[in-house]
Amino acid sequence: MTELAIDVRDLVREYKKGPRAVDGISLTVAPGEIYGFLGPNGAGKSTTVHMLTTLLPPTSGTALVAGYDVVREGPQVRMQIGAALQEAALDPLLTGREHLRLQATLQGLPRADRSRRADELLDRVGLTEAADRKVRGYSGGMKRRLDLALALVHRPRILFLDEPTTGLDVQSRTALWEEVARLAREDGVTVFLTTQYLEEADVLAGRVGIIDHGHIVAEGTPAALKAEVGRPTVEVIPAQRDDLERMEAMMARFGEHVASAHGVAVRLRAGATDLAEIVRALDAEAIGVEHLQLHQPSLDDVFLAKTGRSLEGAADDSGLAMGMAE
Amino acid sequence: MFADQVYILARRSVVRTLRQPANVISPLVFPLMLLAVNSGGLRSEVNLPGFPAKSALAFLLAVPFIQGALFATMNAGTDLARDIQTGFLNRLALTPMRRLALLAGQLGGVAALGLLQALVYLTVGLAAGSGFAAGVGGVAVLFAFSFLVTLGFGALGIMLALRTGSGEAVQGFFPLFFVFLFISSMAMPRNLIGITWFRYVATANPVSYLLECVRSLITTGWDGEALALGFGVAGTVAVVGVTLASRALGQRVARA
Repeated sequence: MTELAIDVRDLVREYKKGPRAVDGISLTVAPGEIYGFLGPNGAGKSTTVHMLTTLLPPTSGTALVAGYDVVREGPQVRMQIGAALQEAALDPLLTGREHLRLQATLQGLPRADRSRRADELLDRVGLTEAADRKVRGYSGGMKRRLDLALALVHRPRILFLDEPTTGLDVQSRTALWEEVARLAREDGVTVFLTTQYLEEADVLAGRVGIIDHGHIVAEGTPAALKAEVGRPTVEVIPAQRDDLERMEAMMARFGEHVASAHGVAVRLRAGATDLAEIVRALDAEAIGVEHLQLHQPSLDDVFLAKTGRSLEGAADDSGLAMGMAE
Repeated sequence: MFADQVYILARRSVVRTLRQPANVISPLVFPLMLLAVNSGGLRSEVNLPGFPAKSALAFLLAVPFIQGALFATMNAGTDLARDIQTGFLNRLALTPMRRLALLAGQLGGVAALGLLQALVYLTVGLAAGSGFAAGVGGVAVLFAFSFLVTLGFGALGIMLALRTGSGEAVQGFFPLFFVFLFISSMAMPRNLIGITWFRYVATANPVSYLLECVRSLITTGWDGEALALGFGVAGTVAVVGVTLASRALGQRVARA
């Protein structure tokens, strides 16, 4: 049996005089997988990452990372992992190249390899031209890229990324996603990624664990999780209001009606494959269409189904309740 | 690998300080300004019977060496506090870096800058006309002493940073350290302090012995008792400081 990259059982982290930031979570991550850990602020994502990277001891439970126990075999765990945590954690007075040399030295790379590895990583993350500038002059995206490069200096088997794209513009975020996907695809790196962005989990992760108030409330592939909460709906707005009744009757063949403010919406019985049939049927009935849209369930719908709250709404009240725990 | 780790962390400590001009200029300029003002204002005290120096400058030249060490406390502490606040300490903790290497690196950097400060103070003092009674050998002893004092005070600053995690808290202790300097034999030999309670306080204050150790090399030459007491106090501060800093580091970086 292939050894799991990450194996967590009933992990708990309790703070003195505070709530349980992580309350008995269990999860596994296979080698080479990108695992998305999705939840609002204060859900327990960063606390989990801190425990798995040996920065914070668990209150109870066990966690094996790369086969090593995070409590009893911390040094071995640290040799196998790289981490880019929530804060970019850079020294504004050092240059990018100095950061990489410092990291390479502390990671124990042979002296002859340090400069070469620094150059290689600077090129990989697109920072060669900025390498000898002090980090305080870097943009947010550049800092995140340097952060990622530092986590990769010693070629770790497992990479922990704690909200790596928070605060980045769309272009920087997309570039980082491409790099993370490449790491998993080409280098076989296992990635444990925490995020509060639905799209990020949806695009990057092979499997997603959704955490809320320290508990995992759902886990699975994005497609399976979304299929669990419902089938897609299609909403059609007729060009002529007079066709509404005919459209309702026609659409009823494809699924049950759901609420729609301006037209007709049905939850498709056979899924998104019925869309082509719907278009053909509308054409056959000569019903003009002003607007047609397919709504796929989102991970937010999954979160809503499991917790009764939207992920965005949860960010506001979880953050108030548990902000100190993270 | 341990030596590499200490070197790269010490290098970082020095480079960061040199790239913050205020952290270099303040520890040099402020003590020398105070020396200039006090040696002018306290000029007439050399006329007191039994005053141990021929000039106020020679008597007061010891003070910058200790003030510089206090600046080292603050700089070492605030730099490390910033590392804690930004998460940089976590980044270091995720490497195979040994905790002792971090401490040794930080302190090595601070102590190296302490030596630079000592060189500047001595050069300015000699250029301004102070003698140096202990000669060339005494200069080596002075630098060794400055290294030890800066190390000890730097360790205290690091300990404060690790315990509080706050640069502001470290800076808040700075006035307290300065009070210790003012209630010592900074401006007057202990045996000539007329106010009884002040003389007792100055006698109990360890900073007095640090000052008197440096002062003895400048004004007297080789005073075994002053050197023994000075090195004894400096060594004790260094041992206590490093022990407390090491313990605080273990608690701050409570990793497996």
